[in-house]
Amino acid sequence: MLEITDLRADIDGKPILDGLTLTVGAGEVHAIMGPNGAGKSTLGYVLAGRAGYEVTGGSVTLGGVDLLALDAHERAAAGLFLGLQYPVEIPGVSNLTFLRTALNAQRRARGEAEASGAEFMRLARAEAEGFGLSLDMLKRPVNVGFSGGEKKRNEMVQMAVLGPRVAVLDETDSGLDIDALRVVADGINRGRSPARATLLITHYQRLLDYVVPDRVHVLVAGRIVRSGGPELARELEASGYALDQAA
Amino acid sequence: MTALPTRRDEAWRYSDLAAVERAWPLAPAATLAIGPGEHATRTIVQDGGNATAVDALDVTIAAGGSLTLHILAMGGDFGRVAVDVTLGDGARFDLGGVILGRGDAVREIVTTVRHAAPNATSRQVIRTVVDDRATGSYLGKVAVARHAQKSDAVQSIKALLLARGATANAKPELEIFADDVKCAHGATVGELDANALFYLASRGIAPAEAKALLTEAFITDALAGAPELAERAIAWLRA
Ligand SMILES: Nc1ncnc2c1ncn2[C@@H]1O[C@H](COP(=O)(O)OP(=O)(O)OP(=O)(O)O)[C@@H](O)[C@H]1O
Ligand SMILES: [Mg+2]
Repeated sequence: MLEITDLRADIDGKPILDGLTLTVGAGEVHAIMGPNGAGKSTLGYVLAGRAGYEVTGGSVTLGGVDLLALDAHERAAAGLFLGLQYPVEIPGVSNLTFLRTALNAQRRARGEAEASGAEFMRLARAEAEGFGLSLDMLKRPVNVGFSGGEKKRNEMVQMAVLGPRVAVLDETDSGLDIDALRVVADGINRGRSPARATLLITHYQRLLDYVVPDRVHVLVAGRIVRSGGPELARELEASGYALDQAA
Repeated sequence: MTALPTRRDEAWRYSDLAAVERAWPLAPAATLAIGPGEHATRTIVQDGGNATAVDALDVTIAAGGSLTLHILAMGGDFGRVAVDVTLGDGARFDLGGVILGRGDAVREIVTTVRHAAPNATSRQVIRTVVDDRATGSYLGKVAVARHAQKSDAVQSIKALLLARGATANAKPELEIFADDVKCAHGATVGELDANALFYLASRGIAPAEAKALLTEAFITDALAGAPELAERAIAWLRA
């Protein structure tokens, strides 16, 4: 579903991704772990098409579509979702407006019928409740005044409403209380189907106790240096990244 | 005003003086008197075509009275709205003003708020959005008389530049002769938030729509309570 081949990217002429190769198949969940500054968030931004990240080599396809040829908003319509490590506050724009505008923009781009007001509200209400946010919170401006954990839940609500084919979740588990972690993990597990590939960027084994990944990758200095099964995450928790960084 | 203003006249420093000269002589200021304990709302909208538009309004608000004024300045190659308000004891003045400009338009809101008696309150919220080479200016003088204790005046001024060549001027000015007063002002000039634009794009919202959403959000503070004006402003922004 998501195929990244020898991806290279610069920020301000400085190489951050240095030949990264990774394939996540339909229905699979992969985890990416790695030291601070390794390039994990950069990978998410490059996939999502954020300005300021220059791709200098390699390719990325989503369901066979050349992702790098598309603008950021077109990538979303093609089925990519990036849950941000630091969700952005948007004063003056309500979550509901934001989400409905996004959903319908994606549907229009795909040639699908837009969601009616009633259909959208049913969907938003159900998903908000599923992730422990009230409808009242969705009426407030995007992430403004939300706690760290509430912002992460809100990312999950957005993911659930938008229904992406590829979800990249950048430290969505950081800042969550124990109950919220379960709720978010359940949400990820619910989305686990042949229609979706999921890439979890995380620092903690905790999340992977609930969402058992098919594969775990270690990202160091802009490339994948080691991959393994779920046991690799536990091993890293014990030993750290020293070996991988020395290599 | 009997003589043509010059650049040295503080209240005209950002004006298009050539346009003023062509429109000379200007019509005298309209007047509005709010009686004791009376509450009024007014709007001033400039949305004409090519002409010069100059509106001036002199207001007195008697003790305990209030005026809520909304200004939408989005017309005229040169557009100017000048408001002079004198507040009585315990009176209140609320202003929500929006300046919108594109092309080469020069538009301004110029206010003088005189706290002439104690206990009066004034609130001014001004939002400016300028694109292309347009100029949007706000000059706001708050004058608190010697005996006008417990005066409470706030000016919130924000401008959004949608293009490199656009200009926004913000000039709040305080002239305070009383000692027991609360006067605050904040002025910011900025561009659309790149992080917010990316966030919207990452959810599938195209750049033009994202820009429109953020710009509309930017002006809402000033036009809360004036939905009709907000609608007109949004129509302009999306045109
Ligand atoms: N805008 C930027 N300008 C310059 N350098 C940047 C910029 N953004 C990121 N970097 C650098 O790129 C490298 C990778 O950053 P990135 O945020 O991808 O790391 P990360 O693996 O997500 O780390 P963490 O675990 O701390 O979230 C870091 O060295 C960082 O300083
Ligand atoms: Mg990161």
